[in-house]
Amino acid sequence: MARKKFIVGLFNDEDVLFPAVKKVRSAGYKIHDVYTPFPVHGLDHAMGLRETSLHTAGFIYGITGTTTAISGISWIFTSDWPMNIGGKPHFSLPAWVPIIFELTVLFAAVGMVLTFCYLCQLAPFVKKHHFHPRATDDLFVMVIESTSKTNVEDLKGFLSSNGALEAYEEVAEDGWWLGRYDKNEIPFESKEKEVAVVV
Amino acid sequence: MASLKYESQLREPLVYGTKDYHQVTEDICRPIEAKPSKLWYIGFFISVALLLFGVYSVYREVTYGIGEWNLNKTIGWGWDITNFVWWVGIGHAGTLISAILLLFRQGWRTGVNRAAEAMTIFAVMCAGQFPIFHMGRVWMAFFVLPYPNTRGPLWVNFNSPLLWDVFAISTYFTVSLLFWYSGLLPDFGTVRDRAKTKLRKLLYGIASFGWTGSTKHWQRHEALSLVLAGLATPLVLSVHTIVSFDFATSVIPGWHTTIFPPYFVAGAIFSGFAMTQTLLLVLRKVYRLEDYITLGHVEAMNKVIVLTGSIVGCAYLTELFMGWYSQNKYEQYAFFYSRANLFSPYGWSYWGMMACNVLSPQIFWFKKFRRNLFITFFMSVIVNVGMWFERFVIIVTSLYRDYLPSSWSVYYSPTIWEIGFYLGTFGLFFTCFFLFSKYFPVIAIAEIKHVLKTSGESYKDKVGHIEAKPVEEFAYQYAHVDNASAHGKGSSGMEHH
Repeated sequence: MARKKFIVGLFNDEDVLFPAVKKVRSAGYKIHDVYTPFPVHGLDHAMGLRETSLHTAGFIYGITGTTTAISGISWIFTSDWPMNIGGKPHFSLPAWVPIIFELTVLFAAVGMVLTFCYLCQLAPFVKKHHFHPRATDDLFVMVIESTSKTNVEDLKGFLSSNGALEAYEEVAEDGWWLGRYDKNEIPFESKEKEVAVVV
Repeated sequence: MASLKYESQLREPLVYGTKDYHQVTEDICRPIEAKPSKLWYIGFFISVALLLFGVYSVYREVTYGIGEWNLNKTIGWGWDITNFVWWVGIGHAGTLISAILLLFRQGWRTGVNRAAEAMTIFAVMCAGQFPIFHMGRVWMAFFVLPYPNTRGPLWVNFNSPLLWDVFAISTYFTVSLLFWYSGLLPDFGTVRDRAKTKLRKLLYGIASFGWTGSTKHWQRHEALSLVLAGLATPLVLSVHTIVSFDFATSVIPGWHTTIFPPYFVAGAIFSGFAMTQTLLLVLRKVYRLEDYITLGHVEAMNKVIVLTGSIVGCAYLTELFMGWYSQNKYEQYAFFYSRANLFSPYGWSYWGMMACNVLSPQIFWFKKFRRNLFITFFMSVIVNVGMWFERFVIIVTSLYRDYLPSSWSVYYSPTIWEIGFYLGTFGLFFTCFFLFSKYFPVIAIAEIKHVLKTSGESYKDKVGHIEAKPVEEFAYQYAHVDNASAHGKGSSGMEHH
């Protein structure tokens, strides 16, 4: 696996982090990721990440649950083994509402959680590269990709002048466990730039 | 740049004291990293002992049959189903706190949601035991699941409320578990990154699924939490509604009422919050988490208790009115003889229920009592005793004298194995809760950090002299203050401690 260089900047306040993210991006650096101890609202927009489609996936799973319940119960009670229960009609939809509802919720919830784990590649025994152990405690860790053209000292100075407590270079193996497994992760602007280079 | 978060000027802080992010991590991880106290061991062993007694009681029941319990043809549901409904009711607060209060943007949920959700999961686990073992031939329990089988295939009855219950409880358990665990991932990440020993690093590493705190992951995590909350909200309301259908769709006097679904849901939230209070009041004291589970939290939950207790009280009175107004002899007998008559065989349980559930919670109309820890603790126990009586009243007083006087039953009292089963579920519940409190972060660390800056720094600074100021001056000042200057204080407050 290829090894890649990253410049890591550590911040201790989200109010300092936000302007820094904007400046680093407008200076043309490519932010690999920002690791935060809690969800910082708006950071995804500041980084240019697209909205997640997890909601849509959840809706589709829910609809699947609804259809499974309706079609399953209808088939069982009208064709496979029609039972006479108190002389009531075989197709008694109102009585099935609770189970239809429960299966909708069940499918949506289970499906979404599995999708979430798949997209984020989270599972027991998965090893990921952790840039800083305090990223889950009190530090906001900005990781910038470093290429052959990057002036490391300049970038470190730039980060420090924008409020980073510390800035250093770190080498990590490139691979999906860094968080780059998903092509959609790449911010819109940098995606266009890459295309431009190829052309 | 103005601060990113709006900080209320007047609200009571969600987290007391001046803390930074690291302090929050320290405070909540301390009990996990320290050796458990003597008290913890004592409590844990008592719980395990109760659990073992429960296992033996169930062993007797499975080996010798349902006859080990004092149920009979007339009173076919007794302690077992009472306990089932009681535990399911307790299991309602956790998901209500985490889901409904999330949708309503109630910031105070962050301090209590983790422990309340854990309580929910353990309570539903306990509840599930009762209908399963009440089947008698428990090894055939899988017959309740619809699957293609060699008996026809003979399917389950999808029109039956008992089957709806199977789906409702199992869905509720699964969704609550997923919701709880997905919230735990980031916090397990925190514990993992602080771990000193290799074993801890390994185990918490496995439990955290390799959580890194990536922005994209947080974005998805937030979306997941919100949608799960949206799904869990109707689910919470549906579960006890469906439990009430077990009774309401029957033709037994006292059960056959349309008021049951809302009445059961209110009662479930009532008892769930009471159990949350019982557990959290002890937890905050033992783990010194008074700054996170504050008097404000206790008061907020007491408000829910007085509200739902009063709803339940209205339901009791409505039932009596409807019993009288229906002019139905059987209904009137069930309500006015079997229940409301103190001198009937089960009158004591009805009036016990009234005293515990309707009258005593009314003291929470007074702020002084809502914020009193001893009264809250005492009341939380009283409420759950009352809610147990309620289920017992509903089940047994409706069954013991039905339409045919020849099948009226003698006085129903439980055998030791029936009581043992109930005690055993207490053992299961507390064993799980003790393990949870030792190995899991009992407060959602990431969520506390998220609300930390909006949590009343300026309240602490300002309230003192606001109260001393005349109203006009206060109104003038706060009408002319712009957001940025109101905020400078909140965010700079982080730096000088």
